[in-house]
Amino acid sequence: MSKLAETDMITEAMDNPVSGIDQSSGNFRYDMKYDFDAGTGLNERTVDYISSVKKEAPWLLEFRQNALKTFESKPLPTHWATRDLESINFDKIRYYLSQGTKPKRTWAEVPDDIKATFERLGIPEQERKFLAGVEAQFDSEAAYSNIKEAVAKQGVIFMNSTEALREHPEIFRKFFGKVIPTGDNKFSALNSAVFSGGSFIYVPPGVKVSHPLQAYFRINAESFGQFERTLIIADEGAELTYMEGCTAPKFSTATLHSAVVELVALKGAKIQYITVQNWSSNVFNLVTKRGLAHEDSEIKWIDCNIGSRLTMKYPGVVLKGRKSRGEVISIALANDGQHQDTGAKMVHAADETTSTVVSKSISVGQGRATYRGVVHIPRHLRGCKNNTECDALLINTNSRTDTYPAITVRGDRHAVQHEASVSKVSAEQIFYMQQRGLTEGQAMSLSVNGFVNELARQFPMEYSVELKRLIDLEMEGSVG
Amino acid sequence: MAQVERPLPAVADPLGGFTQDALETHLKSLAKAPAFWLERKRAAYERFAALPLPGRKDESWRFSNVSGVSLDGFAPAQGEAASARKRRTRTEIEVAAAATLVFIDGRPAALGPLSAELAGKGVVVSTLSEALARHPELLREHFMAQPQKLGSAKFAALHEAFVQDGAFIHVPRGVEIEAPIVVIHSASGSGGAVFPHTLVVADDNSRVTVVDHFVSSDESRQLACGANDLYAGHGAKVCYAAAQCWSKQALSLQFNSTVVRRDARVQSLNVHVGGRQARHESLSQLQAPGGFSEMLAVTVAGGAREFDQRTLQIHQAPNTKSDLLYKNALLDKARTIFSGLIIVDPDAQKTDAYQRNSNLMLSDDAESNSLPGLEIQANDVRCTHGATSSRIDPEQEFYLKSRGIPPKAADELLIFGFFEEVLNRLESEDLHAALRTLIRSRVRM
Repeated sequence: MSKLAETDMITEAMDNPVSGIDQSSGNFRYDMKYDFDAGTGLNERTVDYISSVKKEAPWLLEFRQNALKTFESKPLPTHWATRDLESINFDKIRYYLSQGTKPKRTWAEVPDDIKATFERLGIPEQERKFLAGVEAQFDSEAAYSNIKEAVAKQGVIFMNSTEALREHPEIFRKFFGKVIPTGDNKFSALNSAVFSGGSFIYVPPGVKVSHPLQAYFRINAESFGQFERTLIIADEGAELTYMEGCTAPKFSTATLHSAVVELVALKGAKIQYITVQNWSSNVFNLVTKRGLAHEDSEIKWIDCNIGSRLTMKYPGVVLKGRKSRGEVISIALANDGQHQDTGAKMVHAADETTSTVVSKSISVGQGRATYRGVVHIPRHLRGCKNNTECDALLINTNSRTDTYPAITVRGDRHAVQHEASVSKVSAEQIFYMQQRGLTEGQAMSLSVNGFVNELARQFPMEYSVELKRLIDLEMEGSVG
Repeated sequence: MAQVERPLPAVADPLGGFTQDALETHLKSLAKAPAFWLERKRAAYERFAALPLPGRKDESWRFSNVSGVSLDGFAPAQGEAASARKRRTRTEIEVAAAATLVFIDGRPAALGPLSAELAGKGVVVSTLSEALARHPELLREHFMAQPQKLGSAKFAALHEAFVQDGAFIHVPRGVEIEAPIVVIHSASGSGGAVFPHTLVVADDNSRVTVVDHFVSSDESRQLACGANDLYAGHGAKVCYAAAQCWSKQALSLQFNSTVVRRDARVQSLNVHVGGRQARHESLSQLQAPGGFSEMLAVTVAGGAREFDQRTLQIHQAPNTKSDLLYKNALLDKARTIFSGLIIVDPDAQKTDAYQRNSNLMLSDDAESNSLPGLEIQANDVRCTHGATSSRIDPEQEFYLKSRGIPPKAADELLIFGFFEEVLNRLESEDLHAALRTLIRSRVRM
């Protein structure tokens, strides 16, 4: 499938693939066999190496090198973010494992709780192995190529970023790095330096993509992207739904995931981007996602975070064109040992732009859910509207939630409102349900599902069903 | 530490005129003060000199114009002759006061004494210097005893080091005072720094209302670095109102700390109309069950001025309540910043906390920043916050227009209406009327 001879890659057994924390262990040697492994640690050579493996154009190499300098010069943002970031050891991370370089792990090594979760979610046998990292190749090629073929008839380009850089450099370069500049933050700079994988989609003018495009299939066809770079362009009047991730827990061997996703909606276009993130609880998931909305266009992020140790993700929309609309719908579930630091960023840059943020978070056990938001309306605009609602649900006595919005409004012709509330599950509801014969746990699950129901309904059906099951699972053992 | 001899600086000096020499001069003027007081001041000075000025990356100064808080060109106000002070003891807050204290450039100028009846009950309304002689134990316990959590530790230390004098109000157990006690702090001259302080200690089950009025005698460039400590013992009721009317060239930094004990109730209302750049930090600690803190503010922001309000409501015990309502009206090129945080400590179950910031935008060049925050670590709580920034309701505007009311007058009416919601929370009709009059006199457009 790939032009690169990547299929015959040597696999490297890792000593401790399960925890995935110690990436440096393993018998790494400078040997021709490991051509497509950039080793651990990050320096100019790593970047040169990735670029040369990918046979990239000189401008891209330069782009990566500059990004590396930016990454190195920026401090960790711990003046506002959690100090947990300091526990990332950047020298022990593998920045590039090429396609086919897969961790070798047997089914027996997969922890029991993960297996049990697969069982409960009803994940097919084949898929389980893939999700657990036992097999990097799940046979979803067929599904992927079917979709690719179907949308190609409409003129849609749907491929991975590496391919797109080679095949469609003229479109790629025009939009690449324009929505999220390298220096946006430390982790966008990191991604810009070492990115590999991710999707590229271009939808021609007026085309309404018939299928929701799912990264799920495409990503299955290669190893999971650790530093994904996704660029989606919906040309004038085009419409597209994109889905990323899946509800099943993904067992990652890499502890740092830092993706950059850029969306561009040209005049009158609509993009809906759905993410369900369920990394295993050793993963730092530090993602930058932003869309640029031109006149009359609409960008909607539906973002659901269930897994990872720390997620920091604030999908944003820059409302550049008149009457453009931006929306973020966010669900976060933080269980013991997890910190879901999510939110939204809405930058109004044209008249009569509208943005909406609805965020619901659930903190279970000692989990911590944080909402961080920015709403910015600069000078001399008129008719901008923002509405933000954040609701947090705390399940246990020691659960934690934070809300940190920042709203800047300049001028007198706008309407901006923000509302947040924190509550616990109503004891009356639980009592009522117990009266009806439900156990306390079931009642709690039902109640939590009710809390997110309004948002979960906006997900595609199969996702919302899985989400519901997942909440049931997470809620187990949280009462009593 | 920064106690080394400093050569005359060519560039802006981070210490301004608040040098070690200035401290020594200041301490000499306090010859009668007890040793512990002087020691505290020296320690505070060391903290002040060691701490950095706020920087752009300081999260607690986010959105603030940090370059505007320079101390360069300010030195402790020297104070005028007592005769000159006597002339200016007028206040715009016209209420029948139980007692009045006037400070000019930090020095006591006049005292409208307490009735014999209240004095007989043990109520003390005096200056800090007097209190140092008579009630040092209360000062030790309550004077700037609370942590500085909102970003101005440096300036609070500066205040502590250079505070000349201030108001001390002590209401003994069970004593209720109907009429407000009024404290006027006045500043004059250019380049002078004043350090107004008001300390209120309300013992168990007492009741008191205190009004601080900050005013400049001229429109010159001044630094006002003030603090006030409110302590409400078990079951006490404290109402505190402050009207900040410094000169339009002044830099104002004010730190408020409120401690609320069991079943106590504190209401504080800050009216901000003065200053070129005014920062107000307010910390409310609900330390025991049944405590209630009501935090109110109204700000008339005009010109190219900046009003920066930072609040923190900390619920440290179960069954406590706090309610915050901050309203800003923004005109011209004004900027406002509201940054509020509600913290619910683990185990502070049954907390009921509310926070609301409303910004009335009346100019296309005005800018409001709102950062309403929550940090909740207990689950059985009711915590909500809201923030709005918008123009006057067009329907209301249209109605007034249709009645032939000119736009400016209509705006004024609507601003008063906007603020009434806050002023209505005051129990005292007199105080309400007095503050309304004050705001009106300042809002005239």
